[in-house]
Amino acid sequence: MKRANQHPVWRRALFKNLVIPALAVLLSLALGVVLILVVRVNPLDAYRALVKGAVGSPRALVQAALRTTPLLLISLGLTLAFRCKAWNIGAEGQFFMGALAASWLGLALDGWPAWLLLPAMVVVAWLAGAAWAVIPGFLKAKRGTNEIVTSLLTNYVAIFFVSYLVRAPMKDPEYYLPQSAPLGPAATLPFIPGTRLHIGLLLALLCVPLVYLILWKMPLGYRLRVVGTNPEAARYAGISVPSHIVIAMVLSGGLAGVAGMVEVSGVHHRLMTGISPGFGYTAIVVALLGQLNPVGVLLAAYFFASLVIGADSMQRVVGLPVALTEVIQALVVVFVLASDYLTRHWEK
Amino acid sequence: MSAIVEMRGITKRFPGVLANDHIDFSVEEGEIHALLGENGAGKTTLMNILFGFYQPDEGEVLMRGRKTDIRSPHDAIALGLGMVHQHFQLVPPFTVAENIVLGMRSSREPFLENPRRLAERINEYSERFGLKVDPHLRIWELSVGEQQRVEILKALYRGADLLILDEPTAVLTPQETESLFTTVFRLLAAAGKSIIFITHKLNEVFAVASRITVLRDGQVVDTVATSDTSRDELARMMVGREVFLKVEKGPPRRGHAALEVVGLSATDDRGLLALKNVSLTVRRGEILGIAGVDGNGQRELEEVLTGLRPSTTGRLTIEGRDMTNASSAQIKACGVGHVPSDRDRMGLVADLTVADNAVLGVVEQPPFTRSGFLDQQAIEDHARRLIAEYDVHVPGPNVAAGKLSGGNAQKLVLARELAQNPRVIIAAQPTRGLDVGATEYVRQKLIEQRDNGAAVLLISTELEEILSLSDHIAVIYEGEIIGPVEPTEVNTEELGLLMAGCTLPTPGTACEEPRLNEDRDQETSSKQQGQQKRE
Amino acid sequence: MSWDMILNSGFLIALVASGIRLAVPVLLAVLGEIFAERSGVLNLGLEGIMAIGAFAGFAVTFTLENAWLGLVAGLLAGGLFGLIMAFFSVTLRTNQVITSLSLVILGQGASAFLYRQIFGVSSRPPRVEGLTELTIPGLSQIPVLGPILFKHNVVVYLAVILVVLSWAALFRTTWGLKVRAVGEYPSAADTSGINVARIRYTCVILGAALTGLGGSVLSVAQMHMFLENMIAGRGWIAIALVIFADWRPSLALAGAVLFGVADALQFRLQALGFAAVPYEFLLMLPYVLTILVLVSRSGREAGPAALGEPYVKEMG
Repeated sequence: MKRANQHPVWRRALFKNLVIPALAVLLSLALGVVLILVVRVNPLDAYRALVKGAVGSPRALVQAALRTTPLLLISLGLTLAFRCKAWNIGAEGQFFMGALAASWLGLALDGWPAWLLLPAMVVVAWLAGAAWAVIPGFLKAKRGTNEIVTSLLTNYVAIFFVSYLVRAPMKDPEYYLPQSAPLGPAATLPFIPGTRLHIGLLLALLCVPLVYLILWKMPLGYRLRVVGTNPEAARYAGISVPSHIVIAMVLSGGLAGVAGMVEVSGVHHRLMTGISPGFGYTAIVVALLGQLNPVGVLLAAYFFASLVIGADSMQRVVGLPVALTEVIQALVVVFVLASDYLTRHWEK
Repeated sequence: MSAIVEMRGITKRFPGVLANDHIDFSVEEGEIHALLGENGAGKTTLMNILFGFYQPDEGEVLMRGRKTDIRSPHDAIALGLGMVHQHFQLVPPFTVAENIVLGMRSSREPFLENPRRLAERINEYSERFGLKVDPHLRIWELSVGEQQRVEILKALYRGADLLILDEPTAVLTPQETESLFTTVFRLLAAAGKSIIFITHKLNEVFAVASRITVLRDGQVVDTVATSDTSRDELARMMVGREVFLKVEKGPPRRGHAALEVVGLSATDDRGLLALKNVSLTVRRGEILGIAGVDGNGQRELEEVLTGLRPSTTGRLTIEGRDMTNASSAQIKACGVGHVPSDRDRMGLVADLTVADNAVLGVVEQPPFTRSGFLDQQAIEDHARRLIAEYDVHVPGPNVAAGKLSGGNAQKLVLARELAQNPRVIIAAQPTRGLDVGATEYVRQKLIEQRDNGAAVLLISTELEEILSLSDHIAVIYEGEIIGPVEPTEVNTEELGLLMAGCTLPTPGTACEEPRLNEDRDQETSSKQQGQQKRE
Repeated sequence: MSWDMILNSGFLIALVASGIRLAVPVLLAVLGEIFAERSGVLNLGLEGIMAIGAFAGFAVTFTLENAWLGLVAGLLAGGLFGLIMAFFSVTLRTNQVITSLSLVILGQGASAFLYRQIFGVSSRPPRVEGLTELTIPGLSQIPVLGPILFKHNVVVYLAVILVVLSWAALFRTTWGLKVRAVGEYPSAADTSGINVARIRYTCVILGAALTGLGGSVLSVAQMHMFLENMIAGRGWIAIALVIFADWRPSLALAGAVLFGVADALQFRLQALGFAAVPYEFLLMLPYVLTILVLVSRSGREAGPAALGEPYVKEMG
């Protein structure tokens, strides 16, 4: 058997970015079969319902696409951060801050035309998410404080803050539930003509080549990658490691913030606490499964989104709880980690 | 007297390196046995095998004549072995007492020992072996010398009959070294303990050891009794008589001073003074070689000169501009090329491609970046050019740099640094780990650069490399610079002695007085020292 | 709505007593994580481990009609997750952050999945009997302190005993010394003859077991039922509280009680319709405080020095 470094580069890259994640997914689906059998359901029925529910109807495809959008935006941001070894676990909070900023602007500038208001909302959402991410980033850069814990903690502050705002100052007086007033038509993302998909999806898709460009076609991305792979060499080459950690956090926080804006403006049309079923956390898994590669991340985001949509249907048809998909998600991560270990040894 | 420990045919391979090559080594009961050799000779690896950290690929270890199977430090300790490492294995927030009993069963299992009784017992050992230290202090409160005493106490407390000390005096002041040798060793010997001590300093060997084993390149050169040998002989054994790789070299065309350092001091990662008032000058068109055994401050010197480590005193001037404590980026911008000693960690980013590495440090400049975007084609072309020019064996520029062999990796680093036409080149251990062909090539290139007017500072542990390439030679020993001298004024052996810490009372005669007994004030400037030594 | 509805002894006493009660699940998780982190392993999966512990506790209690067995089940379920975490982070040396985060997803998903499958969905979820309340005679008559400290569910006393045991284990036994050495400077521990891997496995499994126990206390002894998302962030709070407690069991108790009181306060204020301080800011308090503590400890000195780094034998 050939040793790893005797295979051509492209074949190894393919293996790492495609085969491993695919294998991990298959293995976890296989393990899922075991779980399904344990609860005495026919796995074939279950998976058929899952697949049908995920891709079997135009409605399903639309739902999946809608759910992919915020996941994709956040995980692209995390790709940038993780490539620089800046472990941003605070995407959830940055998402909410972005949503908050966007809805506040959208409600405050109600009279403005859409072509002006929407981009403005994107910008403030970006700024809010970035600012929120600067907190753990700056602490890490200046004081070496563990950014995993600090970014995690800021999530809670953000979520509780938003929770308070929609319960009191920003609450819609006409409704009993804690939510903001509805965004006007100018603050709502329009649909892609002929579909029920809002243009946020296009924005997210646009970010795929954008992140690719940044990482591999710009000096900044080059520097981020050097810092992430070998901080010693980065210092040697004159690259400031602390500055780049902050930049990485800012970029990923900004994208998470934009994801928040997109969800509020495109899907819910109001600010409320239920706008995220844990996107910020799922995005971490998506980024990992996508092997920190924009195209891989796109595929992984779509996979996870459709998994959840399909699971809804699977629950209705065969009665298997949606929570099974979470188990599969976790198993996927576990298998990816295990395979990372194996490839590390295989390459020796 | 019988052998307390016998190591037979020990062989240990690491990826790319044969660290121990069929080594036979034995220690008599009650003796102090020095294990002498340069860095990389395999001394620490051999002792790590004895202490159970590594398993040998071949060979066996016998204790008191019986075969042993030492699979971990736990086993070694049980057999009566104790080791004091170069980097102290002490837990900083714990007290002395806690460190000493760490991992041992207490008399009140599962609870810890009564602190007072423990302190009493520790003090007994302290008194007995001259290792005074307060058991209640925490490690971070102790001086380095005191920490070492704790390490030794730790081994003794566990009943070690054989102590292995790895470069014990590397971190001690002369006074502390004195105390270690005259007091501690004497008391240990009186108690019947055996000692193996690893060193590269000849003076120490003569001060305390009864037998000496010299290692070189993973093999035993010889084992001799101290009384049967001389410093010259040992120096020759350590350094070896290697064939000079003849390098064609014309006389230097000296220009102005491109790199100047005055009174530079710096501390190492442990906070100890690693550079002491260093002063040197490198002119354009010449090569200044800094000889020395690894661990005498070369790394710190390299890092200070390239902006990777702050200096505590002194001034650094590059091309007339004050660059004291400037950042690495600023120094690079001054036209300084750096071939780092730590090639794997600093010189190359293993996970990035050869092409990416070829532009490390200069990627923002045109033609590699145009209007904000990387010009991948230009980067690859540049990489290809370097690969061709420097004969780097690699299928193409898109291979991960980590896959390059040592020689080719170094050629790549060299290529990258020289491609910027630097005015000053700092080359540290440039041929370490390279085969003959690559070595020749690198040396040729350095000469070329010097002929083209660059100022080259060469830091190397290879004496004959220094001798064949340098226009001026200085020796670094314990953070101080001795010299510079012309290569024609000294020979290999004399340089070897200087590198090993001997003074040279008169050129041509052997080393008489070990520096150990001199009254040395650490604040003495190196110039003064240099003059003293050359007299 | 006035301040004297709050600033009266009846309210305050009930508040603190309630706070202590609410603190128990989080306290157990904090204690557990202290063990894991003291040995150098960062286990962020507490939210998921508490979830699986809560489910296991509830399911076993319901089936076997024995709350004590339920608690044991929570312990075991947590321990199982701990084994997974230990295998990946110690033996395979994977990234501890990612591994433990996946345990969050696994725990939440598995518990929700299994609960739905076994118990289905209903408007009146099944309930279980909890454990008895223990009123200590005599001591509980002391004014103010009596009802606060001596009139609690058995699990409260159990938790306090565990705090003392944890403190003793870490700071008064030879084993505890080994654990702390492994977390600070693993190679020094290795050189002293300590089996670093074994210590880490033990601590991670023990830590997760305690966390699982915390989850089962929540479902069996406090809420008497299982709900999806019932953990509601307590696992994350526990992680923050470990730092707040400076990795010490004594401060863990203080931190958990503080959290418990804030939690109880927030409930009561909501019930009373109290508007002066938005309760969300009270909820934020533990997190903000922890960030401030983290910052003031200037990062590098905070916690066991080798925390989060897989141990690789590298000598030379």
